[in-house]
Amino acid sequence: MTADASRGAEAPPELIQLLTPEGERVEHPDYDIDLTPEEVRGLYRDLTLVRRVDLEAVALQRQGELGLWASLLGQEAAQIGSGRALTEADMAFPTYREHGVAWCRGVDPVNLLGLFRGVNHGGWDPAEHNFHLYTIVIGSQTLHAVGYAMGIQRDGAEAASIVYFGDGATSQGDVNEAFIWASVFNAPVVFFCQNNQWAISEPLEKQTRIPLYRRASGFGFPGVRVDGNDVFACLAVTRKALAEARSGQGPMLIEAFTYRMGAHTTSDDPTRYRVAAELEGWKLKDPIERVRAYMFKNQIADQDFFDAIDAEADELGRDVRKRCLALPDPEPLAIFDHVYVEPHSLMDAERAEFATYLEGFEA
Amino acid sequence: MTILTLAKALNEGMRKAMEDDSKVLVMGEDVGKLGGVFRVTDGLQKDFGEQRVIDTPLAESGIIGTAIGLALRGYRPVCEIQFDGFVFPAADQIITQLAKMPLRSLGKLRLPVVVRIPCGGGIGAVEHHSESPEAYFTHTAGLRVVACSNPVDGYAMIQQAIRCEDPVVFFEPKRRYWEKAEVDVDSSDWTPFDEAKVVRQGTDATLLAYGPMVKTCLEAAKASEDDGRSLEVVDLRSLNPLDVSKVTESVRRTGRCIVVHEAPVYNGFGAEIAARVTEECFYNLQSPVLRVGGPSTPYPPSRLEDHYLPDLDRVLHAVDRAFAF
Repeated sequence: MTADASRGAEAPPELIQLLTPEGERVEHPDYDIDLTPEEVRGLYRDLTLVRRVDLEAVALQRQGELGLWASLLGQEAAQIGSGRALTEADMAFPTYREHGVAWCRGVDPVNLLGLFRGVNHGGWDPAEHNFHLYTIVIGSQTLHAVGYAMGIQRDGAEAASIVYFGDGATSQGDVNEAFIWASVFNAPVVFFCQNNQWAISEPLEKQTRIPLYRRASGFGFPGVRVDGNDVFACLAVTRKALAEARSGQGPMLIEAFTYRMGAHTTSDDPTRYRVAAELEGWKLKDPIERVRAYMFKNQIADQDFFDAIDAEADELGRDVRKRCLALPDPEPLAIFDHVYVEPHSLMDAERAEFATYLEGFEA
Repeated sequence: MTILTLAKALNEGMRKAMEDDSKVLVMGEDVGKLGGVFRVTDGLQKDFGEQRVIDTPLAESGIIGTAIGLALRGYRPVCEIQFDGFVFPAADQIITQLAKMPLRSLGKLRLPVVVRIPCGGGIGAVEHHSESPEAYFTHTAGLRVVACSNPVDGYAMIQQAIRCEDPVVFFEPKRRYWEKAEVDVDSSDWTPFDEAKVVRQGTDATLLAYGPMVKTCLEAAKASEDDGRSLEVVDLRSLNPLDVSKVTESVRRTGRCIVVHEAPVYNGFGAEIAARVTEECFYNLQSPVLRVGGPSTPYPPSRLEDHYLPDLDRVLHAVDRAFAF
């Protein structure tokens, strides 16, 4: 059974938007943003390049070079907008779909592909990028982000953490515990929920009867819904939330209202559970097209700029593909590496046994 | 030398660790003002403040999950799970995150988190307050699992666990919290905490135990003297890793091996020991490795726990079987 979320009693959800799907700048009383043409061009470049990497990754999976890929198609603005709001000192905790945020944090896309190719479970240094490893268990990372924020508090540092999760994750106990912890300890953490409308095959109605951002009030901190396909609004809202968190005003929930234009992962088949017309409707709200329209209208970029970005994107795609295919398989004995930091007799014994076993084939 | 109960020894150990390293935090339910339901953290919040001794909301997954985040920021959290049977809401964070994140990072991340769990029965408690869940955690690679059995080890092992760069699940036998012993609190000349200790030497059979059953085995060994049997007792202390060499060295000498734990026998930690000892000491064994433990049932209501828990007679009965083989 599903229920009408509002029962007709509550006010309709408000959506913070600064750039319409048609590329018109609109004002919002609480949020504004003043971007230089250079910054706008930078955002457009980010959006385009991460979409291109994503496209290449899907192709690599289809060609059998990746075991799986979780596409970010449609969520570029939510990820680039929030990702570009972070300062160097802020720490981001992703799910497994935050390829756009990873890009903003300077993580080499090939490292993301390596995980899905199966050469490791996470090949980048979280401390180097202040971008944590991908977390596959749904919602677990929200607690890590809150704990990290409690550490920031204890250090007296000028920083915040931000944690990414989806609409499905809001049903997890860990996410609700994270809300409680963050609230009780007034932790400097921003909860960034990308509501992409679908948790694999389950629509939002299976997770909630109220708009997700309104959950925050029950936990004692503010929540807002932002147009997740509007990179300007995502940047403005996240920037403000992070600034408030850093200055001791506590946590905030941002619901980025967006749409997963692709499948959940390459193993999924959305035609079994959603109609094509829904996707067509969301294509009109595409996060990149509206920026392009805005730039054209305001003469922020000309055709040469767009051509150059497209060429850069194609080159990036080729480069990522080439380096992905060149990733070496790990050595068999790497199975035993890094399970423990300190010497561990069982690991030592099993590694030696396995090495002897493998040597038996070489004779 | 100071005479300390096990609870106080653990308390003093944590206090010492907090004095030595300002990154050490204590967190859990009721650990602050109350000092923990068993008073193991008594006085720590008063002396180290609320920023370092944290009374948490009542959510075990939250305790471990936020401890992981604190560890990622450079802290060394010591988490208290109030009772053994309450660890399961935290099992996901312990198994999928705490145990695996260092490997996931190819060694770039370290999670020096200690998860303290009062364990075992014998205190007349209600359901979920008397369990021995160690086997679940010994089966999870990435975790170290240890169990202290006495105040001397409690004082040392809790400090060793806190200093360890790996996550440690630390079992404390709750019915032994009030047992006393002389502890040299000024010494830090300790046996490495992943090594077993021979706590009584003998020649005819080896009793292997950890946590609450060490005392029971020592009593059984003493009682066996009357039958002219010399039993060696080994306190395993560490279950993951297991000190295989100390175990096999003992069994090779005595030729008989009996593992004793409170947890259900079926698929319990004793099964791992039986397999290893059989594999490594096959020609030295005069009888099969025997296991003494709780029945393979849920822990019973407390009026039945004396029948459930291995006691002196159950251990001696197994010894008889080993000698009769």
